Amino acid sequence: MADDIALNKVELKLGIREFRFDCALPAGAVTAITGPSGSGKSTFLNLVAGFETPDRGRILIAGGDVTEKHPSERPVSLIFQDNNLFAHLDLATNIGLGISPSLKLSNSDRAAISQALERVGLSGFEKRMPGTLSGGERQRAAFARALVRKKPVLLMDEPFAALHPGLRLSMASLLIDLHRETGNTVLIVTHDPDEVGRLADHAIFVDHGQILLQAPAEEFLARRDIPALAEFLSG
Amino acid sequence: MRSTILSILAAAAAFSLSAPAEAQEKTLTVYTYESFISDWGPGPKMKEAFEKTCACKLNFVGVADGVALLTRLKLEGKGTDADIALGLDTNLISEAKATGLFEPHGLDAAAAKVPGNYSDDTFIPYDYGHFAVVYDTQAIKNPPKSLKELVDGDPAQKIAIEDPRTSTPGLGLLLWVKSVYGDQAPEAWAKLRKRVLTVTPGWSEAYGLFTKGEVPMVFSYTTSPAYHMVEEKTERYQAASFSEGHYIQIEVAGMLKGAKEKDLAKQFLKFMVSPAFQDVIPTTNWMMPAATTSQPLPDAFNNLVQPTKTFLMGSDQVAKNRQAWIDEWLTAMSIN
Amino acid sequence: MLTRAERRRGIGWGLLSLAGIAFFVGIAVAALLSWDAGNTQSRLFAAYTWRILRFTLLQAVLSTLLSVVFALPVALALARRPRFPGRVWVIRLMALPMGLPVLIGALGLIGIWGRQGVMNSLLLKLGLEQPISVYGLSGILLAHVFFNLPLAARLLLAALERLPAEYWLLSSSLGMKPFSVFRFIEWPAARRVIPGIAGLVFMLCATSFTLVLVLGGGPAATTLEVAIYQSLRFDFDPPRAIALSLLQIGVTALILIAISLFPAPDDAGITAGRATRRFDGRTLPAWLWDVLAILLATIFLILPLASIVGAGVQANLWSLVNSPAFLRATWTSLTIALSAGLLAVLTSLAIIAGRGAISDMKTPGGTAKAFSVSLGGMSSLVLLVPPVVLGTGWFLMLRPFGDVARFAPALVAIINMLMALPFVMRVLAPAVETHRKRTGRLSASLGLSGFSRAWRIDLPVLARPLLTALSFAMALSLGDLGAVALFGSSDLTTLPWLVYSRLSSYRTNDADGLALILGIICLALTMIGTAGRRETNHG
Repeated sequence: MADDIALNKVELKLGIREFRFDCALPAGAVTAITGPSGSGKSTFLNLVAGFETPDRGRILIAGGDVTEKHPSERPVSLIFQDNNLFAHLDLATNIGLGISPSLKLSNSDRAAISQALERVGLSGFEKRMPGTLSGGERQRAAFARALVRKKPVLLMDEPFAALHPGLRLSMASLLIDLHRETGNTVLIVTHDPDEVGRLADHAIFVDHGQILLQAPAEEFLARRDIPALAEFLSG
Repeated sequence: MRSTILSILAAAAAFSLSAPAEAQEKTLTVYTYESFISDWGPGPKMKEAFEKTCACKLNFVGVADGVALLTRLKLEGKGTDADIALGLDTNLISEAKATGLFEPHGLDAAAAKVPGNYSDDTFIPYDYGHFAVVYDTQAIKNPPKSLKELVDGDPAQKIAIEDPRTSTPGLGLLLWVKSVYGDQAPEAWAKLRKRVLTVTPGWSEAYGLFTKGEVPMVFSYTTSPAYHMVEEKTERYQAASFSEGHYIQIEVAGMLKGAKEKDLAKQFLKFMVSPAFQDVIPTTNWMMPAATTSQPLPDAFNNLVQPTKTFLMGSDQVAKNRQAWIDEWLTAMSIN
Repeated sequence: MLTRAERRRGIGWGLLSLAGIAFFVGIAVAALLSWDAGNTQSRLFAAYTWRILRFTLLQAVLSTLLSVVFALPVALALARRPRFPGRVWVIRLMALPMGLPVLIGALGLIGIWGRQGVMNSLLLKLGLEQPISVYGLSGILLAHVFFNLPLAARLLLAALERLPAEYWLLSSSLGMKPFSVFRFIEWPAARRVIPGIAGLVFMLCATSFTLVLVLGGGPAATTLEVAIYQSLRFDFDPPRAIALSLLQIGVTALILIAISLFPAPDDAGITAGRATRRFDGRTLPAWLWDVLAILLATIFLILPLASIVGAGVQANLWSLVNSPAFLRATWTSLTIALSAGLLAVLTSLAIIAGRGAISDMKTPGGTAKAFSVSLGGMSSLVLLVPPVVLGTGWFLMLRPFGDVARFAPALVAIINMLMALPFVMRVLAPAVETHRKRTGRLSASLGLSGFSRAWRIDLPVLARPLLTALSFAMALSLGDLGAVALFGSSDLTTLPWLVYSRLSSYRTNDADGLALILGIICLALTMIGTAGRRETNHG
């Protein structure tokens, strides 16, 4: 399996916190980024997404150096925990902005939007406003936008944390389905060990701004020799 | 349609013909204070009357008040557009002359006669008014008959006065008290202070408080009641006659050294003391005319307080002592 | 999260606005200083100066305290009652005093609180022998509270309304009592904005002029602004005027810095954009308390305004509005107000963009930080530069280039813009900041930028604060006399100038009528500024 995302000796200082990441993540797989809160897992994602630029080191996506690139120039789609949609724009517009930031949409684009909505179970929701949707529906709409963007990498920052457990399961299976269809590389930040088992092929464990472990999911979940990880897996 | 076009053409032709004629017409620029040229002031009538006699254009530029007028001239210096400055008062004359911007008029200004026989080689008076305490007859039955009575009177009966730091009437009262009390002025102010409801930045604010009924007395002019009698047909507001005499405010005009139209400027100064100008003054500027009018003044003016004695300090004396006297006033008015 | 180009552009806009303001103020000061005044009577450090400095600060501190302390319960009550008939009118009422020329407001206040006012008539009927007098410090405080309480209440209310709707759901589900709600939700939100509001009110009170003289009762009540005016207009002593201005700016800046040292915890409230519904305050005492706070504030504000209306309707309004002078003045006033308002909004956006660009930098260097601080400081301290200094300086500057009357409207608009800037910043900065927090990362990840972002993402959300800011600035400019009075040429007549002009030719009635009309225009403006508020409350 080729390496798709690589952080080469990346160093970053934010205030008094220091981060050092050096790793390579496999392409076409789902990698979970875990760790205690405040460990730096979101910062890891922000570096890949481009919301933070490293002080030193390079970041490569699909072989290309994106270290200096703006978030919009990186081949990634993003889904946050909340605020994934502009509250004053309807779903079709929100998703359309994922295709063209100036909203220049062809007929086939519009069809793609409707298809994407249908795929995530929101067919006919084109004109609905985000405020009228449930939390799960809003996240589905965010998935739909990720679909139409057709980027090779999907970054998710605790996308299901705000949802109740039942919904989390159905969203997880939707994610797996979509991942199988598109074969894209998925990075998902989560603090839930169950989610690692449910979703991930690989997992990395971040603590105090460093990667303590990178391993295939089964191995990851079985490890008990790292105290912080053991604590994480048991709690 | 055709006729419209024709008439436009005709108008354009007429305009192009008249334009050179207009360019030759001389323009006299007069700087003055704003209320002089407001819709209700003497300005509009004066302009019409003067333009009839001079075959010229009279251009008024109005600033806030007499002090602002002098400041404006100082700011503009020799490059000023003004031919005439109209609206300085006698207290400002020394300072105005010190700018070196004015030129003696060289005219016989004997027509202008004001109490105290003020005359000057540079400035000609066009109107005057005596400062006075104006009171509301509905609130005050026994008005003070002298400055002393005002100073010593019942502190419950209030007066609104103006601030000598920011207004000419305020300075007028300061000089009046100084003229009457001399070195005792601070003591007088300390007493008067108890009757002073408030000290406003200018005449308008004080007079506004007065007409709103907030205060029964205000420091204004002997001519103020004339406005209420003529325009509002009421004798409710009257000026109190003070036995010591009244301080006078004389408004003057002068010609600038850099005037482009000196002949015209002199013609205007002469016009200023002629009946055509003077007739307009009483009922528009609400001041006393400085020269003969063609007709007797309206009745209301005959009923006004006629001061028996007039106070007027030399302009040089005022310029020299103003700051010290204001400091004195500040101290007397501020200390508890 | 900004692209490099966006960041560069943001800093560029910030620099441009900073340079523009510095240029405008600097030129005026330089022109004045280079003026050969001859006999300068520089008695700057006389006891007199210290006395008025002391009084300036005393009355400003007290006015600020009272305005903010009384504004807080009013804002809390209005926030707790997001829906009641007439609510929007109470808020509009609070925008009115600012648009009134101060003299008119003072006369309105005197109609109620003066010796012959409504309050004293009541007291006399109740058996009081002597009228109580407001002249003196109490009168100044009364007037400053009248003008500034509504301002503080509106800004506080805006901060409370920005709290996420979830907070109220949460607090009610946790069963929080009113005091807990205040302690844990309302007060932290208020505390974040109070230093800024207090600073703004403080500056307004410190530079107060007409109110202080008219209601102060005597020269013991004198502010530095009076001395500055006196030294430029009456004594024509530019060095002294500049020195006094610097003293005013310096001392006030110290106070503002002291205020800003109060901790202001940052709060990144994120909300689902739900309409606010409050579940607390359903008990009778809470209800009574809110009704009392809103009612008292409304009465306090409405009585002087009613007295202005009462005087105004006695004028011959029909002939007033039909007079050419009125039409001309209205046109001039509105043109200047609109230019000043638009300029103020654009400059504020530029400043916000500049500060945003710097706060977006991971490790802003010393220069960048200093730049950000000067942007913030400049935008508020500019209120302290006396208009008379700016006006006179620019008059000197432009005089060689022809008739100053031609430049006067532009100068007045710019001076008004500078005065309005701190207000506009207060309205726009938090709104833009919240909006950026909600949409910044999303917009960046989608590559939304430039026009597309401004049009689709920013404008729909920021339209209301932009309108509010614009109407704020316009009302302020409409009521301002100071800047116009400098140029005071008959070619440039604004409505407040016309009011004064009528007053100075004895025509009090006309002045009352014009003041009423001015009030109505301001009301119309505030209706634009608060438009759409109702929808959001129901939506």
